[in-house]
Amino acid sequence: MKKLLLGLVAILLVVGALFGTQQYLAAQTGSDTSSDKVLNLYNWGDYLDPDLMTKFTKETGYKISYETFDSNEAMYTKIKQGGTSYDLTVPSDYMIQKMKRENLLLPLDHSKLTGLKNYDPRFMNLSFDRNNKYSLPYFWGTLGIIYNDKYVNGKDIQHWDDLWSPKFKNQIMLVDSARDALAVALITQHKSVNDKSTADLAAAQAKLEAMMPNVKAVIADEIKMYMAQNEAGIAVTYSGEAAEAIDNNPHLHYVVPSEGSNLWFDNIVMPKTAKHKAAAYAFLNFMSEPKNAAQNAEYIGYATPNAKAKALLPKAVRNDRQFYPDDQTISRLQVYDDLGQVWTEKYNDAFLEFKMSHH
Amino acid sequence: MMSKRKQQRQLFYLVPYGAWLLLFVIAPLVLLLFQSLTTQDGHFTLANYAIYFGSGTYLLMTFNSVWYAFLITLITLVISYPMAYLLNQLKRKQFWLLLIILPTWINLLLKTYAFIGLLSKSGTVNNFLGLWGIVPQQLLFSNWSFLLVAAYIEIPFMILPIFNSLAEIDPRLAQASRDLGANKWQTLWRVTMPLSMSGVKAGIQAVFIPSLSLFMITRLIGGNRVITLGTAIEEHFLVTQNWRLGSTIGVILIVAMVITMILTRDRGRQSSRKRG
Repeated sequence: MKKLLLGLVAILLVVGALFGTQQYLAAQTGSDTSSDKVLNLYNWGDYLDPDLMTKFTKETGYKISYETFDSNEAMYTKIKQGGTSYDLTVPSDYMIQKMKRENLLLPLDHSKLTGLKNYDPRFMNLSFDRNNKYSLPYFWGTLGIIYNDKYVNGKDIQHWDDLWSPKFKNQIMLVDSARDALAVALITQHKSVNDKSTADLAAAQAKLEAMMPNVKAVIADEIKMYMAQNEAGIAVTYSGEAAEAIDNNPHLHYVVPSEGSNLWFDNIVMPKTAKHKAAAYAFLNFMSEPKNAAQNAEYIGYATPNAKAKALLPKAVRNDRQFYPDDQTISRLQVYDDLGQVWTEKYNDAFLEFKMSHH
Repeated sequence: MMSKRKQQRQLFYLVPYGAWLLLFVIAPLVLLLFQSLTTQDGHFTLANYAIYFGSGTYLLMTFNSVWYAFLITLITLVISYPMAYLLNQLKRKQFWLLLIILPTWINLLLKTYAFIGLLSKSGTVNNFLGLWGIVPQQLLFSNWSFLLVAAYIEIPFMILPIFNSLAEIDPRLAQASRDLGANKWQTLWRVTMPLSMSGVKAGIQAVFIPSLSLFMITRLIGGNRVITLGTAIEEHFLVTQNWRLGSTIGVILIVAMVITMILTRDRGRQSSRKRG
């Protein structure tokens, strides 16, 4: 009995100590509201140059507490459930729309934003956030095709329809995402990537199933690793993933089909949980400065929506048609809208059935 | 008369176990069941189950899950039984057993990535085949590579219980069987194997049940060419955020697991207790 009591006391002591440490750490990182010189930034992993964090602290005095997520949905769930005090976060386009609709975002006070004029007007005032009431663009990119010139002649794979060519039997790796895979099929059928017609969706699913003999695998982030290791000749994935793969394998190239594709955005927003608004505006303005945005773009390797920052990038990057497509292609790119619960599920069901069509 | 204090003490010992069970086993199960049986506004509904049983896709997926779990269990059993048997004959069996358990100390994801390095087109296996002039083969993204990796990961969980049950068998029983005229195979078949069945059953439980819901390996190694219920649950919780349907599939998996437990429960021991 004595031993057991002792054990219990010991456990309680440990728990108490852990709780104390947690409280202390929370105060340090600013989850606690009493410390005012912090910015709680909730961002994708490795999505901000660490040198810029130091620079930001030096310039403004705010310390950045950087927490990461790995999917829009994970971020959404955490913010929706509350108990957090993130000042800024970086959702993608359709998620901004969804969070906006559910009143999870605070409108931005444009009078406090100093860098608005630096942004390329083509990347402002988009369907998911009219007049940029809630968000400022952080990075943008496309959906496209990576190919390996060791296995595939570049001329043969310039358009989405080429993916159905019998030449590429069992050569294609497809991104494991219902929206993106179906977008490819919808575009080849001259439909919108936000199509909400049962017939069109069924047709897109059928078209996708016709691609199955060419599909080697349906995977996610691993695509960049597999492509860098020469595992497949062709992959359908995002420009950001492509940039990383190309860094590791000079035989890889990225194509955005000129007939159109998806244009995606990661924008900075202020969630309802924000407590350090002054710090948040300081960060928004800091990241709007061309020099900082350019440095971040060079570090991350994604395309910057900041026109003045783009002008500061090395010529080879600025003129790289893979990641900064020409105006005509850009004009044909489409942004995803939030489909709503019912259609999100319909898209996912269609994609699941496509994946099952192996058997 | 069992003293009251002793009884109290026993109750006291039960507190941590009971609290654990309530918080981390019963409460989540109840929540799962509740989610699967309610609508967004908390009304009772069977709609989620209607969706599940009305969909050919989900039923096919369920069949796939059971089928692949069965294959994984069969492969591990065929490899593990002889291995556990041989281990028991060795001199330093605890040492050899340790070597088999060692890989379980490594994270599952790391082991999976190691297999990518082995099986990819520029991987070790293809390099080895290349020495004989064989062109690189497509090894990843097939049913076989999925079964290989899944079986590799589950093997220690099959060997361990079989090994233990074999170690518990009194060696004099085998001697007696031979004295009475049975040859080696008869002894194995009629004495050793029936006595080690409890270990085999425990092993089947330990392998079949987790295999039902494997999902990382289906994507990383199988390239989503093998789709199991785990994939659907992941999708409903992470992408479509339809937690209710996700919970429904979860409940169905749990039912499947309970059925497995019932089918493989240790009847032998119960009856011997009755006789005793």
